[in-house]
Amino acid sequence: MGANMIDVTMPSLGADMTEGTLIEWLVTIGDQVKKGDVIAVLETDKGAIDMETYQAGKVSEILVQPVTKVPVGTVLARLDSDSLQFQSNQRQQHKTLPTLQAEPAETKKNIAKKSHKETLIDNAFSEQVSAKKEIPVASPAQPTIDTAIDSNSNSNIKASPLVRKMVKNSQLNLSTIKGSGPDGAVLLNDVLNGAVNDSNEVVDESENIKKTPIKNKTSHLNSSAMRTAISLAMEKSKREIPHYYLSLDIDVSKTQQWLHAENINREPDQRQLLLAVLLKAVASTLIKFPLLNGYYLNHQFQTSKGVHIGNAISLRNGGLVVPAIHHVEKLSKNNIMDALRDIVNRSRRGRLRSSELTDASITVTNMGNRGSDTVFGVIYPPQVAIIGFGRPRQVPQVKDNTVIVSDMMTISLSADHRVSDGGVGANFLHSLSQKLQMPESL
Amino acid sequence: MNQDCIQTWVIEAIQTVAPEIEANTINPDAELREECDIDSMDFLNFLSALKTSSGVSIPEADYSKVNTLNKMLQYLREKNE
Repeated sequence: MGANMIDVTMPSLGADMTEGTLIEWLVTIGDQVKKGDVIAVLETDKGAIDMETYQAGKVSEILVQPVTKVPVGTVLARLDSDSLQFQSNQRQQHKTLPTLQAEPAETKKNIAKKSHKETLIDNAFSEQVSAKKEIPVASPAQPTIDTAIDSNSNSNIKASPLVRKMVKNSQLNLSTIKGSGPDGAVLLNDVLNGAVNDSNEVVDESENIKKTPIKNKTSHLNSSAMRTAISLAMEKSKREIPHYYLSLDIDVSKTQQWLHAENINREPDQRQLLLAVLLKAVASTLIKFPLLNGYYLNHQFQTSKGVHIGNAISLRNGGLVVPAIHHVEKLSKNNIMDALRDIVNRSRRGRLRSSELTDASITVTNMGNRGSDTVFGVIYPPQVAIIGFGRPRQVPQVKDNTVIVSDMMTISLSADHRVSDGGVGANFLHSLSQKLQMPESL
Repeated sequence: MNQDCIQTWVIEAIQTVAPEIEANTINPDAELREECDIDSMDFLNFLSALKTSSGVSIPEADYSKVNTLNKMLQYLREKNE
């Protein structure tokens, strides 16, 4: 039995993540799980996350009980596997490496302990910038958390176990906190905002009086820890990755026309967005540009087998998450739109899955209609490229001696010069532009 | 169909995507999406919610007719006549 035991560890969902909180087990001892099954709910810097298993097996031991905060790499449970033929040795290696760095659960992590953090960064399979507890931990989509009741007090108020615990630790009363979630559910943000507002100079004084500030460690979660996390990932990127930057003004008139025609008979919940078509074009172009799609780890580049596009999604109260849509190259435009709808909704109002935060092989950042015509992204290590979509705008264009109005979009590429050269990037943008002239064939 | 009812539908639909928004904080003549910080995806979610409550499905071609709160209310009033 011992030879086939697999450790299930607290995953690293990015360079910025040093610890996570086990909220709930969704399996019990004896359960048979397969790769990709959601086995637990975690609370992390990226909000509440559905933790997936990367291995198949039978749950033989559960070593950590909820609600417990543990360092990345801590063994949470063990699986008894029939086979050691891992489907992804690479991933297994990177997922388990941080185990070596694990400290006892009781040990408080020193956030400034550089060597440990560096090791975590180097070991991280994938890193995402983003780090704010913005995702509601209680919503109709999360019945298991939503209905959890703390026997101590306020059992009629909706709140997740973590929120209850924090409230209790901070000696607050749940009933005095105004919940902003569905049915007045008290979200982590509602608790944290008290702390953030307290340190925010521009905040309205009357707001402060209503909210009880929390003057303990939780106040760091939202502000300084988030900045630290983003700093770590971005510093690593700018320190180690020699970026080169390209941009191309791409005429998206045909794409927009195709989109309008397509949407004319569709109900709102069936309509397509330009972003879905852009992602389809990016994925089908990237297949021919393997040097832009993959991971740079241990001084080696490895092309990703699939095009897993991380989408930078801004959250309402600030911060962002970058969940991936897997195998975009295999999805139709409608499927991509459905996937986008799903991850945007879950990012803002539900829960993301752990694989969505670790698997991206390239990232896109989309300005939408915000005030920027161009965006040059900073690459998320260990990825090697990020594509930026500027604001679509109408411009005059001269064609055959006539001035016509065109829908124009500046699309940028930031890429890793260790892996590819500018020529590759320029060819990519050119191919992408051509694809967008034939939206119907995408 | 009274005006209050229509206003309630719109505000409740906005709140499905922007929970912190309240009726009296919206400038009724400002660009609605900017005013409520709603991106294109959440605008679709907003329209879906509005369709559920009001029964009116606003086509893409009419987006420019509903880009402020006042124009949206006027549009729905006409559709309900």
